[in-house]
Order: sequence, then structure tokens, then C-alpha cells
Amino acid sequence: MKQKSGVLTKIYIGIIMVFMYAPIAVLIFYSFNKSRSAAWGGFTFEWYFELFKSRSIMNALTNTLLIAVLAAVLATVLGTAAAIGIHNLRGKTRAVVQNFSNIPIISPDIVMGVSLMLLFTFLGVLFHFEMGFVTVLLSHISFCVPFVVLNVMPRIRRMDTSIYDAALDLGCTPVQAFFKVVIHELMPGIVSGALISFTYSIDDFVITHFTQGARFQNLSTEIYSMLRRKIPPTINALSTLLFLVIIVVMVLINIRDRREEKRKTMN
Amino acid sequence: MKSKLLSLPYIVWMLVFTMIPLVMIGVTAFTDNSGCFSVDAFVSAFQYTNIFLKSLWIALLSTVICLLLAYPLAYIICQMRPSTQKTVIMLMMIPMWMNFLLRIYAWVLLLQNGGPLDTLLSAIGIHGDYSNNTAAVVVGMVYEYLPFMLLPIYTVMGKIDKSLIEAAQDLGSNKASVFRRVILPLSIPGVISGITMVFVPSASTFVVAQYLGGTDDIMIGDVIDKIFFTNNHIGAALSLVLMVFILLFLVLMNKFGDEEAIA
Repeated sequence: MKQKSGVLTKIYIGIIMVFMYAPIAVLIFYSFNKSRSAAWGGFTFEWYFELFKSRSIMNALTNTLLIAVLAAVLATVLGTAAAIGIHNLRGKTRAVVQNFSNIPIISPDIVMGVSLMLLFTFLGVLFHFEMGFVTVLLSHISFCVPFVVLNVMPRIRRMDTSIYDAALDLGCTPVQAFFKVVIHELMPGIVSGALISFTYSIDDFVITHFTQGARFQNLSTEIYSMLRRKIPPTINALSTLLFLVIIVVMVLINIRDRREEKRKTMN
Repeated sequence: MKSKLLSLPYIVWMLVFTMIPLVMIGVTAFTDNSGCFSVDAFVSAFQYTNIFLKSLWIALLSTVICLLLAYPLAYIICQMRPSTQKTVIMLMMIPMWMNFLLRIYAWVLLLQNGGPLDTLLSAIGIHGDYSNNTAAVVVGMVYEYLPFMLLPIYTVMGKIDKSLIEAAQDLGSNKASVFRRVILPLSIPGVISGITMVFVPSASTFVVAQYLGGTDDIMIGDVIDKIFFTNNHIGAALSLVLMVFILLFLVLMNKFGDEEAIA
């Protein structure tokens, strides 16, 4: 299939890249625009200063990170345990549980969000609580766990169970054997499950929107309400900084991958 | 290691936070304010048929455009050197990591009157409105979901056994017929999961049409969002209908995929 790529294919890739990056370039461009309108009004760092002074944005940022870390950790623990448990289930029960696992993955976000809102409003009336941090966290765990199960399951299936028996023979208690041997074997699946959970949680808007209650805001819902009021240029500054963070993370991941590849080829 | 009990917390969790809420949607949709059985909500939901159809239409358009853009792109990427492949895929993924709302807002800025696109095209004498219409909504959707179409097609195409292609060439196939008889049929599973991954979220999305669409570009997601604050029952009925539609679509896609696999 290999061949010299022609001019046409290069142009095509170029057009797609312009399509993908033009909007981001526009955000960055406007983040330095002194004027609030569409026209260029001179260069400024003003919006960046205002961004760091904005207590609501900083608060939303903390909430987003806190929820993402907690949801990822809790979903990973719950999901890893579940994957092992499901693996030991037999026949029909196992098929039923696995199919139910897929429901949050295939159902549209808005339906998940609305259904959780109904649940929390109902429970809230019953037990006198309001939606907020806790309900958002519970919801995020709920949509993350299936992804952890999905990532850990294949590792368990491929795992050689005799190493667990070997650990027991060598004097480990079942708990020790689990933490020293099994977890180690499942690690790649656990890590990717946790990373997927973290990214989904950080990026989530729809489910947070329905379960946040009156006072809680994460970054997405904060941006949503900012955009509804007026269009403040601080949003452009925020986008630019987020984009920078993403680029740095991507470059770091790439460097790590290259190093690992080198190490593998050297061995 | 042998314990089934480890799955118990998860099963309970899924019951409480997934199954019961979904059942509650059903119950809310089929009751009225006094809690009696009623199909009034569905009768009222009928007035949104046009919006529903428009949402499906916008989702369909976006899916088709994504497919038309992503398929050749996946094909081109597969023919590059492995290291270049990795870079191009990464470049396609980076914008996805930006917040969903910021990506849509970027298009609002780009397409606005007096914005960059307007200024650029005005300079060469083309004037027009680029924002607040259905086309802008579709462009926003395509931007949101293009990588969802690209990745599955690219993954499946990249796994096609090279010896199959060589065999076809040895047996006298030219480039076009290698593509038509080998690559195209073998890449269908990727196309099907791509279609699913674009159609489902774009049919049910909200906010995109609010920002990029005109006054008559309202999508079913926006209606569900608004109506839940005034009438739970109609909102639940609409959610239920949406869910059923999407399940039907998934079943259809699955069936199509299976038939392709056998053929």
C-alpha cells in the first residue's frame, strides 16, 4: 500500500488541518484583542489578568479537577473489582451484567443526565438534600465505571491464573496475592480505564448540567453560563491557556513513547 | 480472585444510578401531575415532531459529511509511514481535548458578522451571512465529531492484511479494483462504528444549535433541556422517544454490520 503521496493528498490533508485548527487560531487571536467586538482593537494581556482574578472561573477549575480525580479513582476501584467479579460469574448472569454495563455507554448523554436529575430530585425531596458537588460526583462515577470495566475485562481474560495460585503456594494470603500479583498484571487496563474516566469527567458538560443544582459549577457549566450572559473575552484567554496545557501534555506523552520505543529496540 | 461478590457493589451501583433512573423516565412519561397513568405527555410531545425530524436530518447530514471527509483521509493516512501516521492522528485528536463548548464558541467567533471569515471573503468581494443558519450548525457538528468517524475507519483499515492486497495485485487487479474489491468491503465495520459514533451524539446534542443556528434551528436536545424546567412529563416522554429511536438505530446498524461480516 506504500507509495509516494501525491500533491492532491497533501492539499487534502492541508485543508482538513486548516478546518481543525482555524477555530482554535481564532480563539487565540481574539484573546489578545483589546476590543470586545469582532474588529481588531490593538494588542493586550488584559483578559489574561482578568481571568486569574475571576473567582468563579478559578472555583470552577478547582471543582472540575477535584471531581475528575475523585471520579477517576472511585470509578477505577469500583470498576476493577467489578471486572474481576463479572469474570467469575457464569453463563447467563454474566451476559446480563455485561449487557447492562453497556447501557450508559450507548445511551445519549442527555438521557443519562435527565434520568439522574429525576432520581436526585426524587431522593432530594425524600431525604431533604439539594443537588451539588455530591450528586455531580455520583453521576460522574456512574458514567465512568463502565469504561473501567471495559478496559480491565480483556486483561483479566488474558491473565494466566496459575500465577495467582503460585503466589498462594509460595505463602501469600489471598489478599497479598491479589495486591502483589493480580493488580500488577491488570495494571495497563486499570491505568487506561482511569485515564479515560479522568478525561471524560473533565470534558463533561451535559450530565453535570442536569445534576449540578443551583450553586455548583464545573468549567463546562461555567463557560455555558458565561456564554449565555455576554461574550466575555476572558473565555478566549481561558481557551488559549487550556490549548497550551493540552499541547504540553501531548508533547510529554510523545517524548515518553519515543523513549520507550527506543528502550524496546535496544533490548 | 475467585469471588463473584466483588461484582456486587457495581451491580447495586448500576441498579441505583442507571436502571432506576431510566425506569423513572418511563414512569414520569406515562403519568400526569397527580401520579395517575396518562399518555397526555406523549400527545403533547407530538407538537415537537418537526423539531424531532429536523434533528434527525441535521444528524444525518453531519454523519454523511463526516463520512465523506474521513474516509479518504483514513485511506491517505494508512498509506503514510507509520511515524507520520501517528503524528497526523495526534494532530486530529488535539482539538478534541479542548472543551466541547469552547470548540463551538470558536466557530461562533469565526463565522460572526465582521469576523475573520467575513473579513477574508469581503476582501475578495464575497459578502454573506455565515452564522445563525442550519449550515453553520452542521459545520459545528462535523467539527465536533469528525475524529469519531476517522478513528474507527483508520483502525480497521490499518489492520487489513497487506498480503490480501498483494494477492489481488498479483492476480491482476489495478489500484481501483483493489480498492473496490478488497479495501472497501474490509473497511465496512469501521464505517459502521464511525456512523454510530457520530449519529448518536449529534442527534441528541444540545447547545450547538443554540449558538450556531438561526431562530428555527432548534434541536430535540434543546427542547428536552428547556421543557424539563416547566413540564417533567413531556420532557420524559421526549427523552423516551429519543432513546427508542437511538436503540432502533443501533439495532439496525448492528444487523447491517453482521450481514456485512457474513457476506
